[in-house]
Amino acid sequence: MTTAQYLPDFVYIAAIALFILSLRWLSSPATARRGVLAGEIGAALAVVTTLFNPELVQYRWIIIALAGGAAIGIPLGMVPMTAVPQRTAMSHAFGALAAALIGISEYYMRLPNINRFEMTEIALEVIIGSLSFTGSLIAAGKLQEILPQRPIVYKGQNYVSLSVLGAAIILALILIFNPVHTAVFPLMVVISLFFGFLLVMPIGGADMPTVISLLNSYVGFTAALLGFVLNTKVLVVAGALDGASGFILSVIMCRAMNRSFTNVMFGAFGQLQTSAAGAVEERSVRTATPEDAAAILEAANYVMVVPGYGMAVAQAQHKVREFYDALTKRGIEVKFAIHPVAGRMPGHMNVLLAEADVPYDKLIEMEDANTEFPQVDVALVIGANDVTNPAARTDKSSPIYGMPILEVEKARTVMVIKRGMSPGFAGIDNQLYYLDKTLMLFGDAKNFVGNIVRELTGGGH
Amino acid sequence: MPTGFITNLYVFVLAGFVGFEVIRRVSPLLHTPLMALTNALDAIVVVAAIIIAGRQGTALSATLGAIAVAAAFSNMVGGFLITDRMVRMFKLSGRERKQS
Repeated sequence: MTTAQYLPDFVYIAAIALFILSLRWLSSPATARRGVLAGEIGAALAVVTTLFNPELVQYRWIIIALAGGAAIGIPLGMVPMTAVPQRTAMSHAFGALAAALIGISEYYMRLPNINRFEMTEIALEVIIGSLSFTGSLIAAGKLQEILPQRPIVYKGQNYVSLSVLGAAIILALILIFNPVHTAVFPLMVVISLFFGFLLVMPIGGADMPTVISLLNSYVGFTAALLGFVLNTKVLVVAGALDGASGFILSVIMCRAMNRSFTNVMFGAFGQLQTSAAGAVEERSVRTATPEDAAAILEAANYVMVVPGYGMAVAQAQHKVREFYDALTKRGIEVKFAIHPVAGRMPGHMNVLLAEADVPYDKLIEMEDANTEFPQVDVALVIGANDVTNPAARTDKSSPIYGMPILEVEKARTVMVIKRGMSPGFAGIDNQLYYLDKTLMLFGDAKNFVGNIVRELTGGGH
Repeated sequence: MPTGFITNLYVFVLAGFVGFEVIRRVSPLLHTPLMALTNALDAIVVVAAIIIAGRQGTALSATLGAIAVAAAFSNMVGGFLITDRMVRMFKLSGRERKQS
């Protein structure tokens, strides 16, 4: 063995180091771009080195596939920020697809000389890859609203799903004891694909941040397993990093929704929305016009905006930035309280506000926001509901009891911008709306914020 | 049990711990770019796919390999692209007006 033969390994090791630095630099927005660059260099080095691998005998398909991949990847990299969650789900699907196909190809290439150990690795890799592929496609479909957002549940669902998974595992065991059962292998793949479908179909739109994180970790672990199958360390490392990241985000999302990890692992979630809607009683709320709201805001020293996904649905981010500008110009402190599950995936709300040019030092996390609320003059809730519901802290019978919330009710005045529907229609009744300090601002978020801004900037815009 | 497995297990466990420690420090502000970036890094499976698509093998294996190359490379290109677009948008107050 000469040193030159190890050259690819040295390059892969450099790529691994760059990947770790890449994630390290993502720790803060100030160094994040450097992090992306480090990742790009690492990936480019690894790909170029691989193209010189002496095992390669033909390049035609590789070049066509690389061009095809770029043709798909570039538009997927250019989607609007509101579509990032479904893009992410699609990229989980592609990642899982690539890993599963390589595993499948390895099985057929190695036949009939596969030992039990190799077969175990391949079977596990292909099962997880396949179920992550269909699971991610379903998640993307739900996020894109092609598929119903509501959780689809039926009696005995968990038994059906677990039996399907059981069937895939039994087929895998048959293959492990006798890998040459070539008819069993495709069946195992199909059943795993079906299980991925069953796993994600029952889950409601509100749980998507958790699902997308969980699929992220599945895809990462699939890649790591593929590294075991192929004995390629760079895949083991990249997969472990991706898997760890997805795992951490899943845990954060679970905590933010007050779900246990086992609860999520067994797909028993998505029940939240169906168990909602209790007795709706007619109670009066205080309402206000944009003029009233602007007058109160002008007198404030400290305003906390609480944005939810409803803000993004109404495309109100840019009006919210103008709102921020108008108040800041008057010397009023404005901050944004971000709940971990605001938006459709972890951190989504921060990206939406950053896109609208809201400076990131004004975006604060839930714990910090909760210590601030007693000093806040006006808390303005835009398109957020459950994450502000005091019942999560006080009402043991509430389906969201125990979920950490933004304690907006501690602010001196609370304003809630809600679409023209009367309170009570939105699944769980929110006690916040009936407080004496709460003003309901009924209207479209974009228009209402726009009207407040017009008032603040002295009419005519 | 092949020795390769044991070595890979060492690598996996260590990388898992490194990942955990590094990712724990990522600001929640950047959790969406984090997921996009790890997706792009994970797309390194393209190196395995390239070998399978181009090595001496059956038509089936080459076809599966080529599809895998396209799928993984789309993640690599798209993932880095969107991560960069996202992290570029994060600006501090006082400085944010200069660019717009």
